[in-house]
Amino acid sequence: MSEKMKEVPGIYLRDAELKAEDAITFKWRPNAKYAWSGGIAYSRYLAELKNGRIIGRACRECGRILVPPRMFCDTCFRATDEWVYVKDTGTINTYSVSYLDADANRIKEPILVAVIDLDGASEGIGILHYVDPKVDPKDLHIGMKLKAVWKPEKERIGSVTDIAYFEPLKEG
Amino acid sequence: MMTIKKRVAVIGAGITLFRRRLKETGKELSYHASKMALDSAEMNLSEIESVVMGTAPDAFDGIHMKSENLLDGAGGTGRPYMRPFVGGGTGVFSPIAGWWHVASGLFDTCLVVAEEKMSPVQPHPQTAFRTIWDPFTTRPLHPNLVWIFALEMNRYMTVHNIPKEHIAEVAVKNKGNALDHPSAQLAAKITVEDVMNSETMVWPVQRLDISPPSDGAAALILASEEVAKKYTDSPVWIDGVGWSLDSSYWTNRDLYFPQYVAEAAKMAYKMAKIDDPPKEVSFAEPYDPFTYKELHHMEGLLLAKKGEAPKLTAEGVTQRDGKLPICPSGGLLGVGNPIAAAGLMKCCEAFWQLRNEAGKRQVDGAETGVCQAWGDLMQVGTVTVFRR
Amino acid sequence: MSFDKNTNPLKLHHLVGDMEADYIYTPGVAGDKFFKALRDDEKFLATHCESCNHTYMPPRMYCERCFSKLDKWVEAESTGVVDTYSLAHEDRDGEKLAEPVIVAFIRIDKTDGGIIHQLGGVDHESVKIGMKVKAVLKDKSKRTGGLNDIDHFAPA
Repeated sequence: MSEKMKEVPGIYLRDAELKAEDAITFKWRPNAKYAWSGGIAYSRYLAELKNGRIIGRACRECGRILVPPRMFCDTCFRATDEWVYVKDTGTINTYSVSYLDADANRIKEPILVAVIDLDGASEGIGILHYVDPKVDPKDLHIGMKLKAVWKPEKERIGSVTDIAYFEPLKEG
Repeated sequence: MMTIKKRVAVIGAGITLFRRRLKETGKELSYHASKMALDSAEMNLSEIESVVMGTAPDAFDGIHMKSENLLDGAGGTGRPYMRPFVGGGTGVFSPIAGWWHVASGLFDTCLVVAEEKMSPVQPHPQTAFRTIWDPFTTRPLHPNLVWIFALEMNRYMTVHNIPKEHIAEVAVKNKGNALDHPSAQLAAKITVEDVMNSETMVWPVQRLDISPPSDGAAALILASEEVAKKYTDSPVWIDGVGWSLDSSYWTNRDLYFPQYVAEAAKMAYKMAKIDDPPKEVSFAEPYDPFTYKELHHMEGLLLAKKGEAPKLTAEGVTQRDGKLPICPSGGLLGVGNPIAAAGLMKCCEAFWQLRNEAGKRQVDGAETGVCQAWGDLMQVGTVTVFRR
Repeated sequence: MSFDKNTNPLKLHHLVGDMEADYIYTPGVAGDKFFKALRDDEKFLATHCESCNHTYMPPRMYCERCFSKLDKWVEAESTGVVDTYSLAHEDRDGEKLAEPVIVAFIRIDKTDGGIIHQLGGVDHESVKIGMKVKAVLKDKSKRTGGLNDIDHFAPA
C-alpha cells in the first residue's frame, strides 16, 4: 500500500464470529448434475482401457504419437491420421507423494502419483497415474521404469482407473 | 503488427486487507479497493469511462457469473464493463485488458478492479478445484490441485539439482518483506529451518512453501497520456504487455521450464524495448503461490538463466536491498493469495514502488518493474512492464 | 470425424458427475446490519445517499451512482407497492406446483428500492400491479436471519 494511505479497509471475520449463535450465514449446496459425453477420441481410449490396452493417435505431419488420443493435432492444427497402440510400460517424468486428499484433508498413508512417459508414445508424452502404494517413496526416482497393473477384466469399466496403478518394472 | 494509439499510464491504486475471511461481500471489497484507487488519483467515479473486472473461478465466491454480481462495487453500473479471465493469471491480465481499452484510443480512462472471496467454499477452497480436471483422463484419479505443482516442483528441482534449502529462502524473504505491507495476512520472521521442518503436504511441497487462501480486492486507475497529465505529475507507464497459454495436456509437456511465461515476457519486453532484462529491470513481482514458483517464474521472465534463480536467491541478490529485488511487496506467500486480487496487488506494488511511495518496502532507484501471474493447468503466463 | 445427430449424451460413451462443493455465505457489512434489524427488531433498515437523494433497499454500504460511502441509515416501512408480479406454476426443478405461487417485486415505501418475495392472503386472480402490501414476518422463534424471516407480503 502507498505510504500516503492511512487505513487499509477490510474487517477480519474470525471463525469464532462466523460460528457465533447470532451470526448471519447462508448455507448452500449446488445440486446440478452433469453428463459428459466422451467424444470420439476419449470414447475409444476408454473402451481400449477396458480391453487392457492403451491407445493413442498419430499425426503424420509432426510425427507425434499422442496419448491421451485426440482427433486433431494442436500443433499442426489438422486432423490426426491413425490409431496406434502404445505400451503399458514407461518412465517416470516426475512424481510426488501426497499427504492430502482431494478436499485438502490430511491422510496418513500417502498417495504416490507420477507423470509416466509411455513407451511407444512420442518423447515427453505422458499420463498422470498412481504408483503402487506399497513402494517406499524413497525408492522412487525420475527416470525409473514402471509397468501398469491392470484391474481384473471383470472390474474394468472403461476408465483411466482400469489401470489400478503403475509398479516398478522388474528386470528381465 | 499493431498500432498503439495512446501511451497508457497508471495514476491511482487501491487495496483492501487480505485475510482468510473478510466480513465484506465481494461487492463491498471491490468498492473499497476502487474507492481508494479513485481517491489516490483525486478522481470521481464520473470521470471513469470504462471498467475491467478481474476475478478468478466462480466456484470460490460460489456465485455463478460473479462479475455481474460484482458490477456495482467496481463502479461498472451503466459503463462499458468486461471480465477478462485466464484463471490464476487473471490478476495481471486484467490491467492488460485495461491497457488495450486505453491504448486502442477507445477510452481515456479505465478502472481495473480485481476481487476474490475464497472463504465461502467448504470444507476448503481446494474443493472448488476438484472440478477443474478433464472428467475422462484425470478426474477419476481424484487429484488435489497441489499434486500438479508438486510434480512440477520435483521436475524443476531434479533437472537442475536444486537443494530444497535454496527454495525455502523464498518463503523466508517474502514473509519477511510482508511485515512492511499493511494488507498482509501471513507476514512473519521465519528461518530456512522453519520451512524445512514444516509439515509435508504433497512432497516436495511443505506447509511453508504454500501461500494461503484469502479474501481481498485491489484496483488500478489507467489513463491515456493526455488525461493522466491532468491528474498527476508522476504517472507510471505501462510500456509492455504480454500473455501466452500452453497446451492443457500438461502431462505432454516438460514442466521444468515455463515456456508460456517466456513467450509472454518476450512479447512484453519487445514492446517495452527491453533487450537485457536482468540489467534493465529494477525489480520484479513474479507470481509466488508456492516458493518454487517465484524461482521458476524468474527464469521464465528471463531474469535468471535456467536453473540459476535458486542460487541468486540463496546469495541474497533478490532481497529488497539486493541487485535484483524480487517480490518486495511480500508476494502471495506473505501478503496473501486472493487469486486475481493477488496478481493485481503486484501491479499496485509496482505503481507504489515507481512513485517512491512504498515506504518501508521502497526499493532504491526503482525505474522499471515487471509483474507476472500464472495459472490454469500450469499453462498461462501474463506479464506487464511498468516504468516511471 | 463424423457428427451424429444426437442430443442425449447418455446414449454415448459418457460419465456422470456433479460440481459438488458446499458454501457458507456471509451477507457483508450492510447486509449483516439489515438482516439483524429485521430478525431482532422487525425493522426494515435502508441507507440513504444525500448527494444522489437515493435510498437503497436492500441497503448498501456505498452508493453505486456517485461511489460515496453510505453511513446514513434510515428506517423504512414494512409496507410497499406491487411493482410487478408473476405466477410460478413450477418449482425450481421444474416440478408442477399444486397451487401457483405469486412472486412479486415490491417497492418498499420511503425507499427507491424493493424486495422480491411471495405474496400471500390474495388469490392470483385479484392480485394487481399497484396493490398496497405489507410484510408478514415469521414468529420470532422461527427467524434465522435472512429474507425468509419475511414469510410473505399480504394486502395492506
